[in-house]
Amino acid sequence: MSTIEERVKKIIVEQLGVKEEEVKPEASFENDLGADSLDTVELVMALEEEFETEIPDEEAEKIRTVQAAIDYVTAHSEE
Amino acid sequence: MFSLNEQVALVTGASRGIGRAIAESLAAQGAFVIGTATSASGADAISAYLGDQGAGMVLNVTDAESVNQVISDIQKTHGGIDILVNNAGITKDNLLMRMKDEEWNDVMSTNLTSVFRTSKAVMRGMMKKRHGRIINIGSVVGTTGNPGQTNYCAAKAGLIGFTKSLAKEIAARGVTVNAVAPGFIDTDMTQALTDEQKESIFSGIPAARLGKPEEIAAAVVFLASPAAAYITGETIHVNGGMSMV
Repeated sequence: MSTIEERVKKIIVEQLGVKEEEVKPEASFENDLGADSLDTVELVMALEEEFETEIPDEEAEKIRTVQAAIDYVTAHSEE
Repeated sequence: MFSLNEQVALVTGASRGIGRAIAESLAAQGAFVIGTATSASGADAISAYLGDQGAGMVLNVTDAESVNQVISDIQKTHGGIDILVNNAGITKDNLLMRMKDEEWNDVMSTNLTSVFRTSKAVMRGMMKKRHGRIINIGSVVGTTGNPGQTNYCAAKAGLIGFTKSLAKEIAARGVTVNAVAPGFIDTDMTQALTDEQKESIFSGIPAARLGKPEEIAAAVVFLASPAAAYITGETIHVNGGMSMV
């Protein structure tokens, strides 16, 4: 089974249409991966579906980098 | 080009008047239509006139819980909403000098805040589908103003700004957001106008008659259709020439 990190990265690749090697932990969605604000909203929606969780708006706003997404899911995952 | 086959539409305030005409016209183009009313008897009446082509549901657009519940029920049963028509509206007319906070707040809540709520609730589904139509029913008086209706006109003008802003936000996802602004249409709402109001209005309508609810519905059907995919943020005025914007 894939790790959380792998699953998060896969979603980012799919949602933002970027190459896997670009999805570095420190990469910012908007500054490095070419996402606009609506793309990041959609990314959060995709994460919610993949991990069957609801990410509150105030938390979602903090998820701006690949690492932040991995950290959020790791902290809120039941596995 | 104008077919709405296999599309699911939600029309608020569909028990009578313009909302009913819109629900019937969308159904006639092949859409499955959910029409809402504030009462169970209203919802039953909608189910009755839509037959196999739709259903009535009870919805209070001023209640966030009710909105989210109804929209999530529709998504579960029918697989998401393709067309949202924000039609529910009320008037509580009064001269500003006499207008109570309640009259202002009720009209804002039912006519404007409701549009924010329903649109937000359908957004996720439409963005995922990369397709959607939101059509807000405004009013000519949102542009022209009307004495005794500061609350109603403010809400309807606000709706146009909302329409344009949301249209810009989500145009890249294949979702269009437009408004239809009726002039004076033959419904219960315009029956409630005073003779004095009517007289001054009629003298300003070049078509020299009231509009029919079906004439508003026709514009809504067009905006909902594949033919209107490149129109967004626009307000179509349907008013017999009384105001040309």
